[in-house]
Amino acid sequence: MSAQFMQYLLTGLTVGAIYALLALGFSIIFNASHVINFAQGEFVMIGGMAAVSLTAAGLPYLLAVPLAIAAAALVGLALEKFAVEPARGASVVTLIIITIGASIFLRGLAMLVWDKNLHPLKPFTGDTPIAIGGATILPQSLWVLGVTLAIVLALSWFFGRTLLGKAMLATSHNRLAAELVGINVRMVLFLSFGLSAALGAIAGILIAPITLTSYDVGVMLGLKGFAAAILGGLGSGMGAVVGGLVLGIAETMSAGYLSSAYKDAIAFVIILAVLFFMPSGLFGKRGGERV
Amino acid sequence: MLQRLASPRTGGLLALAAAIVLLPFLLSNSYFYDIAILVGLNAIVCVGLNLLIGYAGQISLGHAGFFGLGAYGSAILASRYGWPPLAAMLTTTLAVAALAFLVGRPILRLKGHYLAMATLGLGIIIFMVITTEDKFTGGPDGLSVVPFSIGEYTLRGERLWYWIVGALLLFAVWLALNLIESPAGRALRALHSSEVGAEVVGIDAARQKVMVFVISAVFASVAGSLAAHYSGFVTPGKVAFFHSIELVTMVVFGGMASTFGAVVGAAVLTTLPQLLTVFKDYEMMVFGAVMMGTMIFLPRGVVPSLGRLLELRRQGAASRSDPRT
Amino acid sequence: MSLLRVQGLTKKFGGLNAVEDLSFDIQTGSVHSIIGPNGAGKTTLLNLLTGVYQPSSGKIAFEEHDLTGRAPHEYASHGIARTFQNLQVFFNMSALENVMVGRYMHERCGLASTLLRGPGLKRAEKTCRDEAAELLRYVGLQDYLSSASDSMPYGALKRLEIARALATKPKMMLLDEPAAGLNPTEALELENLIGRLTERGVTVVLVEHNMRLVMGVSDHILVLDYGRKLAEGPAQSVRNDPKVIEAYLGSSVPHDGSFGKDIAAAVTIGVEMRR
Ligand SMILES: Nc1ncnc2c1ncn2[C@@H]1O[C@H](COP(=O)(O)OP(=O)(O)OP(=O)(O)O)[C@@H](O)[C@H]1O
Ligand SMILES: [Mg+2]
Repeated sequence: MSAQFMQYLLTGLTVGAIYALLALGFSIIFNASHVINFAQGEFVMIGGMAAVSLTAAGLPYLLAVPLAIAAAALVGLALEKFAVEPARGASVVTLIIITIGASIFLRGLAMLVWDKNLHPLKPFTGDTPIAIGGATILPQSLWVLGVTLAIVLALSWFFGRTLLGKAMLATSHNRLAAELVGINVRMVLFLSFGLSAALGAIAGILIAPITLTSYDVGVMLGLKGFAAAILGGLGSGMGAVVGGLVLGIAETMSAGYLSSAYKDAIAFVIILAVLFFMPSGLFGKRGGERV
Repeated sequence: MLQRLASPRTGGLLALAAAIVLLPFLLSNSYFYDIAILVGLNAIVCVGLNLLIGYAGQISLGHAGFFGLGAYGSAILASRYGWPPLAAMLTTTLAVAALAFLVGRPILRLKGHYLAMATLGLGIIIFMVITTEDKFTGGPDGLSVVPFSIGEYTLRGERLWYWIVGALLLFAVWLALNLIESPAGRALRALHSSEVGAEVVGIDAARQKVMVFVISAVFASVAGSLAAHYSGFVTPGKVAFFHSIELVTMVVFGGMASTFGAVVGAAVLTTLPQLLTVFKDYEMMVFGAVMMGTMIFLPRGVVPSLGRLLELRRQGAASRSDPRT
Repeated sequence: MSLLRVQGLTKKFGGLNAVEDLSFDIQTGSVHSIIGPNGAGKTTLLNLLTGVYQPSSGKIAFEEHDLTGRAPHEYASHGIARTFQNLQVFFNMSALENVMVGRYMHERCGLASTLLRGPGLKRAEKTCRDEAAELLRYVGLQDYLSSASDSMPYGALKRLEIARALATKPKMMLLDEPAAGLNPTEALELENLIGRLTERGVTVVLVEHNMRLVMGVSDHILVLDYGRKLAEGPAQSVRNDPKVIEAYLGSSVPHDGSFGKDIAAAVTIGVEMRR
């Protein structure tokens, strides 16, 4: 393995982990409500920007980070309450427009609360690159990978072992049946937005020290996260993680070896190519409707 | 005869024609003409897009891509290579139709959110190509475009363009109504409701979907070509993802499966940003809020909701709202 | 000559064989019923016979044409029409338009004349409208000529699907539980309608749980159980077949056919037999 390849791989994994967190957010909301939340990218922005403001105000990371996550989660809950819930039963297109409207609204709001500039966030633990097999990795990248891994493990414990997690899973499989066995489906929906928003915010805080952040970082990240979720197969947790990592690595590799001008297009070329052959993504549910 | 005039089809066409003829009395300066022309061009795209989304039930979040290909195709052929604008436009239209035909079959096999993703991806790829290949397109800076001319005669001035775009819009609406009220149009609405139900009476759903996808792409492309020549300039902004969303919002806002609704949606949402400039810094927020609000409170769109209201008022009238209006 | 020939037809869903190694023929002009307990694979079989599902193995030939692997619209173009157990009505259209869609294959025209609305098209549309109205009357839906389909009762929708299928001018029509949810009067009207279909020269394939209807109209019965053929033959012989009785009642019965009378009794009082 050449050092260059190793370098691209490490970078790709870091980017991919961020996409994976976003894709998980898409999948959690999709499972609970069958809504694709196009405002998912704005949670990333809110998390990052809030962390920037809070640390600038002198708060230590240990306080600033949870507060920033909470802020995004609150916005997520509000989104569910005031935009998605009132539109229950609307068509797919209508819901897409509502969540895109919400993302435009949030971006406009962020422009007022903050500004249009790029903001740096101090890395959690220094910025001296660490050498690995001829390549280097930033300590912040290790944070990204480590936290993502921890979140994936925590989520699989949550959905596999806890009552609330199982209730959320049950709702995604069959809403009516879940209601019948006494699950508070409204609550599940509400929580799924909060949880997804928190995941987005974490991604935003993790990546801000590497890429800087601004009021509009959410646009492209949101679309890539959606692409990752679709690539893996909507609603599949494993699919979201694999989809994110595959997109991140493929994007970095092709930007490195082929053309960096088309870096942002690669994700969409891959997704089109995969969907042409696998119309439900890599791990999506197969088989059409029954008649 | 009178009955015929009052029918949604003839009556609607007449009403639209009257609106186009009477509007200039309200347009006091060329700025207003400019907006009216933009409305007309967007309306042409929306009438086509509505055939795809409203009637056939297939989402596209990438139609700005076809609009952009039309605009840039005309711009590059006419301005860089000196083709006669009409030839440039026709060639571009054919090329866009061919592209839509080629990608249409694999893309339209997808359903729901997967289809949304694929069309979104297609639009973004087109956008990236246009911004990156700056040798041809001028990149993010855009490209200036020669005025539209036929032979020696050059089309200039907002007033002339107003009448051209108005006539074309009327023509586009007429074509759309013709399609909807034909066996092919019924087939589209049928497969929207039940694809398997449509297939078993002999409708090749895949083919019908590709056909309407191509038609909607052609509408968008032609509007793009005209927009490029009219404004004398093309920039990637009109190709971006956000413009695709604007177009879809216009269709849904006006009312899905309502051709006149698509025109109304285009009119309202094209003028809205002009009005919103009074909000200055709040413009973006207000626009987002309007998008959310109308979809939440009028999920069926303005025209069908109004139609329903009128219907209720008129009571006694035979049956329910005619889906073809 | 047999109209439809099925050989070794199998459909697997994962580990489940919904239809397994099925072979049978359907004769022109007959009413051919397919019965069997819930989950026996009847709907799956109809889906295979109309191209909605692709078989895992086996062959389907209609009038000697091999249709295996073809798309549903190709089955339709060969003259096979159907209705659905789970209604597939076009709820965004009026009843009349639903039937007009059924005439699609006989009316469609080129893109240019569609878009420009030539005089030929206008005339064809008028004929289409008239014939669709005629078909609605034929199936007894004269009261719904100007109704929106989403305002019609269930029983009328079942007949609307039959009218739509008839509009394709089929040679063979597959009906999936047309009597489900109908009251006895409606069921009788349906029996009468099926009779008129055969008079029209349409071969009918009927999937049904209502034994009175099945026994009343069938020339030939195919019994499925767990996707396999349990019995097949003329209606009379099938109704007394102990294997059939066992499948339906789920208990062992004496193999001397003595139970047949009970089945017959059940049939006469119109009991629906489900496992
Ligand atoms: N699309 C599908 N995917 C997976 N399994 C299926 C599918 N369609 C049918 N099955 C299964 O195949 C078996 C046969 O189902 P089918 O619907 O053909 O039965 P049926 O005889 O029509 O029953 P009923 O009388 O209840 O209508 C059942 O076990 C069913 O669960
Ligand atoms: Mg069945």
